[in-house]
Amino acid sequence: MIHSKKFSIMKINNLYIMLIVAVVCASCEIDNYDEPTAVFSGNIVYQGEPIRVAADEVPFQLYQEGYALKGPFDVWIAQDGSFSSILGPGDFKLKLVDGQGPFKSKIVNQQQLDTIYVDYSGDKQLDIEVDPYYMIRNTDISLSEKTVSASFSLEKILQGEDGKDIETVYLYINRGVLISNRSNNYYVARTQAEDLSDLNNMNLSVDIPDDYNRPYIYARVGVKMVGVEDFIFSEVVKLDL
Amino acid sequence: MKKYIILAAFAIAGLSIGCDSDKDYLDLEPTNVLSEETVFNSPDLVVANLADFYNRYYDFGHVDDWRSLSQFNVAFWSTDYGAFENDSWGYGDWGTWDYGYIRQLNLFLERLEASSDLDEELKARFMAEGRFLRASYYFELATRVGGAPLILESLTYDFSGDATYLQYPRSTEAELYDFAIAEVDAIKDDLPSNPDIKGRATKAAALAMQARAALYAGSIANYGQKTPQVSLPGGEVGIPASKAEGYYTKALSAAQQIINGDAGSYSLYMKNPDNLSENFADIFLDKNDNPEAIFVEDYKLQSGKTHGFTIDNQPIFNAEEQSGGSINPSLNLVEAFETLDGEYAPLPNKDASGNFIVYDQAEDIFDNRDARLKGTVIIPGSTWKGRPVDIFAGLQLADGSVVTSPDRGKIDEVPAGSGNFVQVVGSDGPIDGLRYTAQTGFYIRKHLDPKSSSGEIGTRSDVWNIHYRYAEVLLNAAEAAFELDQPEVAAGYMNQVRARAGITVPLDGDDITFDRIAHERYVEFAFEGLYFYDMKRWRIATEVFDGVPITTEEITQNIGDATKRATQPYGIWPYKLYEPGSPDDGKYIYKVVRPNRVRASDRFRLGNYYSEINQGILNNNPLIVKQPNQ
Repeated sequence: MIHSKKFSIMKINNLYIMLIVAVVCASCEIDNYDEPTAVFSGNIVYQGEPIRVAADEVPFQLYQEGYALKGPFDVWIAQDGSFSSILGPGDFKLKLVDGQGPFKSKIVNQQQLDTIYVDYSGDKQLDIEVDPYYMIRNTDISLSEKTVSASFSLEKILQGEDGKDIETVYLYINRGVLISNRSNNYYVARTQAEDLSDLNNMNLSVDIPDDYNRPYIYARVGVKMVGVEDFIFSEVVKLDL
Repeated sequence: MKKYIILAAFAIAGLSIGCDSDKDYLDLEPTNVLSEETVFNSPDLVVANLADFYNRYYDFGHVDDWRSLSQFNVAFWSTDYGAFENDSWGYGDWGTWDYGYIRQLNLFLERLEASSDLDEELKARFMAEGRFLRASYYFELATRVGGAPLILESLTYDFSGDATYLQYPRSTEAELYDFAIAEVDAIKDDLPSNPDIKGRATKAAALAMQARAALYAGSIANYGQKTPQVSLPGGEVGIPASKAEGYYTKALSAAQQIINGDAGSYSLYMKNPDNLSENFADIFLDKNDNPEAIFVEDYKLQSGKTHGFTIDNQPIFNAEEQSGGSINPSLNLVEAFETLDGEYAPLPNKDASGNFIVYDQAEDIFDNRDARLKGTVIIPGSTWKGRPVDIFAGLQLADGSVVTSPDRGKIDEVPAGSGNFVQVVGSDGPIDGLRYTAQTGFYIRKHLDPKSSSGEIGTRSDVWNIHYRYAEVLLNAAEAAFELDQPEVAAGYMNQVRARAGITVPLDGDDITFDRIAHERYVEFAFEGLYFYDMKRWRIATEVFDGVPITTEEITQNIGDATKRATQPYGIWPYKLYEPGSPDDGKYIYKVVRPNRVRASDRFRLGNYYSEINQGILNNNPLIVKQPNQ
């Protein structure tokens, strides 16, 4: 008698568990959206050449219509000028943020202004053309003894009212591949250009600190423009000591 | 049968009588809820209502929250290293958007207006207090987010499904300042001119608010030209340069009304002329006829309204709880206090040839400094609650080596194996990375409660939080006068504040520069929550916090320069010389250090000048425009 009662309790418990499982599974299907799988990637470019910035400093925003929450989400540009984001399929509006980045966005047309329409159903590759204030050209970074030297030229792209003057130019070296103006976590030493008179022939050199003990070091050049917060950088170079 | 008829007749009669009296019965006043009418016709209940609003007054820096007083590298935080490992601030930091508070103030004013039984004069005072609080909050909004919807009536949703009629665009930044300034002109004469009232709005509090608001607006108009990117085309952020002069004039006249005694008699606190450092500390402690405090948030022991500032910041050695030392004032701040003859000078720790200067006592290196230093900061060798503060980083031996320990007050064998035991590190540190110790070499003194038990969790502290004090009125007047090209007037006001700090050489008009004004505010108002707005309104935050680390050489240079880099806090540590038999044994030398938990350098971005308005607000009201540079 007792035995059978126990058995029936167990049965009821099992029934509850099955019910709960059923409810949970059912709600999964009804409530949730598919997880996003499509990769949206590309570069911020000028005439096809990537514009290099400080990592995680320059965002653009994606707006997607048709959902309850309307806010944009930010996509951050990597230090080599690329970006990638995993999104659900749909129509997006892509907007560069005013005042962010060492460049100006291109006006598509008078209705659309600088908004870019993106519509995709699977993986998508898109290069975003912008007008930078400057481009760093012919960069050559080399090492001799304990000194890193860089030679390069600066080409002014935006002219006239939109153009910006150069405030200063730096050569950064760092133990890790991430290099930027942000903080001493992002460089172990830097040097500042004293002479900005000949932008076609810039030369900078910086000494590696005495206590530096790794067999390699990374370097790149950064340019600060007057009234622009974000720097423009050259490609990162790895030097073997 | 007859019996039943009579009974029925009685019953009907009884019922109908009941019906009559039911009307009144159902109209009874509820005993557990106060009606609007009752509240707004009773002076006591109106005051109770106001007390709630005063309690929610917004102040950037507040003794309730020690972090809010000590940000931006005026101090290192011995109990919270996160801020020194991050290199930038979020765009949403320091934001506020409390339209619940505004609506309740609007409702309060509407209901008070409708009340009929209050004494006219009393009612006018209550109205003025409500309007003062509302104007103060709009001013606070302007400083944090710039222009915001200016709503002056209570808004109510009609449940129609369409809330667009409740959506208002942002006003311009100037409109919020104009509103705060105009409100003060409208209400100031309805407020009492009584210096004994500190916790409620007075004429002086209103004028002090007006002076500060006009000064801030003037400097945004003036210095905003340096950062044209920090503006919006609709004026929601940024004030036209042409308005600067008008604002400065208003600021000066508002401050002068207080200085001239139009709002009652206020003056600099000077009860202890023999010890100017104690005197300076007492401004924040003495609640008895304090002529300097204008408007405060008061606290009271055993009333439920107390705070834990002293618990969090007392020197840890012999502290009343196992906690304290949170705020460690930085060398950046300490060295900014001038010498008594008004010169900028680094703390003299080395002589001309680079050798350490040996001091007999730990505190000697701070001799001959602005009295405010010891009123603001607990330095090595001073006392707190009757016992010496024990700050030294280690023993410096004759051969140049240092003996120290990661344990506070450790007694160790020096040299090892000699059988000779001495204390090798102070009981208050400094020990890098050991919380509660003075990791820069200093503790905070300002706001710290000297009463017994104030550092106990069971008692806490009742030191008040000063929103406005007379020295700020003077320095606001000085800054406005300077900007209006009246340097002699500015010098006069500044000299009063400096003389109170014991500085013997007065400034004259030629000495008054922007850097002088900025410096005076930096040292006088350290840990009072004004520094941040100064950095913002002068538009120098991006220069001062430019993300570049500070070098050891640089930290002691350019003292008194308004744009001196402040991206990291530094410290200066005393070491005790251990040279038995030598005349220098037991004396002190000082070394400049950067606490090793300082791992990043702060960078203030253009988008930090105005706090982000969050996406939820933008979603609900498409008329709100976004902040620039975010």
